[in-house]
Amino acid sequence: MAFLSIERITKTFGTLTTVKGVDLAVERGEFITLLGPSGCGKTTILRMVAGFETPTSGTIRIDGKDVTNLKPHQRNIGMVFQAYALFPNMTVADNIAFGLKVARKSGSEIASRVKEMLELIKLPQVAERYPYQLSGGQQQRVALARALAIKPQILLLDEPLSALDAKIRVSLREEIRAVQRQLGITTIFVTHDQEEALSMSDRVCVMSEGRIEQLGTPFEIYNYPKTRFVASFVGTLNILSGRVSDGAEGRIVVDGQEIVTSRGLNGASTGDALAVALRPEALSIGRANGSSNNLEGTIDEVHFLGSVVRIRVRFKESAVSLDTFNRPNAAPPERGQPITVNFGREDILVLEGAPN
Amino acid sequence: MKQSRLFPWIGFIFGAIYFLVPLIATFEFSLRMQRGIYSFKAYQVVLADPGFQASFSYSALIALATIIVGVALVVPTAYLVQLKLPRLRPVVEFMTLLPLVVPAIVIVFGYLRMYNSSSWLPMTGSARSTDLLLIFAYVTLSLPYMYRSVDTALRTIDIRTLTEAAQSLGSSWPRILIQVILPNIRVGVLSGAFLTFAIVIGEFTMASLLNRPAFGPYMQLIGANRAYEPAALAVIAFAITWACMGLIQLVASFSPGQKR
Repeated sequence: MAFLSIERITKTFGTLTTVKGVDLAVERGEFITLLGPSGCGKTTILRMVAGFETPTSGTIRIDGKDVTNLKPHQRNIGMVFQAYALFPNMTVADNIAFGLKVARKSGSEIASRVKEMLELIKLPQVAERYPYQLSGGQQQRVALARALAIKPQILLLDEPLSALDAKIRVSLREEIRAVQRQLGITTIFVTHDQEEALSMSDRVCVMSEGRIEQLGTPFEIYNYPKTRFVASFVGTLNILSGRVSDGAEGRIVVDGQEIVTSRGLNGASTGDALAVALRPEALSIGRANGSSNNLEGTIDEVHFLGSVVRIRVRFKESAVSLDTFNRPNAAPPERGQPITVNFGREDILVLEGAPN
Repeated sequence: MKQSRLFPWIGFIFGAIYFLVPLIATFEFSLRMQRGIYSFKAYQVVLADPGFQASFSYSALIALATIIVGVALVVPTAYLVQLKLPRLRPVVEFMTLLPLVVPAIVIVFGYLRMYNSSSWLPMTGSARSTDLLLIFAYVTLSLPYMYRSVDTALRTIDIRTLTEAAQSLGSSWPRILIQVILPNIRVGVLSGAFLTFAIVIGEFTMASLLNRPAFGPYMQLIGANRAYEPAALAVIAFAITWACMGLIQLVASFSPGQKR
């Protein structure tokens, strides 16, 4: 049985249903990320797990115990907020000690736990400072220490890196993951940043319009997106519309040219419309022999970006973008020039649902 | 001097004269009790008067009680309105403004009608219960100032996130209010408290009609029967108000966790 079990959970605010019958099982010690655009319901799920919102229907179990209707302070869950939420009137040490004082721990236990937490976040020197005397990154690390000090069953992170600048975000996400691994704490992380989700998580749960679109490892989510939404939301993708010409053989016609997928087309009939996706890094210029696919088109646009040259190739109706490395001894291709793009059969991602 | 600065300066000087000249004149008059010389005799007489000490102590005590009741009423109300019932904000704001619209004399006549000794709740039946009624009356009177001070302070902090952070750390509602919210709106609460103090110390109508030995009726009594002492009392009352204002500033600059 999963450590955290979310069963057919729904949340309605007035006439708006933000979470629609979501099922999610999180294993003990797992780092799972809820990824999706604003309004997809990811934060609402987090808030229901924390106890700040009550589900309209469904059940939340932690370690087998039904906590659906428990108050937040009865759940033993640590939470880190986007806005840090450190108590401004307390020093860093007092902030970290707050939950321990609430739990009526002894003075010596509180002191040693505070010291331990400050060492964990590598900020032992800031114990007596007030939050306003810290940088954003430091404040968020203190918020993490405060959430972990009470030894919570589950750690919830609500877009904790969103308010930080890019460089701090990268270093802090590595620190958060290292701390999570060190403590082995079950963690749910909410973000709309796909890079954060892919780099930190054991599994990623991509959400859209209150539903889970796909749940899988970062490798699965990136390489094998099941839906058009996941394909377009996670990473950069070229999406092409096509028609099945031979389902059994995996043959698809795109803009009058035939390509072949290695994965078959699961019962698709000849003439069925579908969407296929190609990652830019899977595309190469030139004609390839053997089992690779070749598509002929015309160069539509060329953007010189320094180390990389981004080329947009137009077929009849559709177009793809691909990046090539800049080579000083070779001039970039020119607009209007005919070109052949090749890619492997295994690089074709066939997306669920009809193409738009 | 540039023309753009000239008019503000003229306005400032005019305002300062309008405010300071009567005050200086009152102060100057209060020093003339002894013929031919300036002295603080009037202040000595006032401060030595047992009536002054008794009425000031009584009003100070009532003010303190008013502040405690006011804070206990306003802080949770303003907090809950912001956190849980934002739609009720206009209604609550309107209610807190009513004491500015309804004259004190109307309120106190209402009280006398409602709580007289032959009513179902005879609060004017004894001195202590009348004191209690006076405290409630002063809470009402100071509501516009106390509520606004607290509400403004609450708006400067993210009470929702702070509340949720405290809840996730196992904290109960009373602890959140006392240990997390109240210290972070301390300046606002103290600001409201000092304004309340200043209002209660100088209030006349309610104390007089409820027949309580407060500082306001004492000042009126002295003003009607003496020459120099009322001027001294007026200056003392100003000094108390300014001391309150100064304390607000002082507390604001020494709050823990605030940028200085």
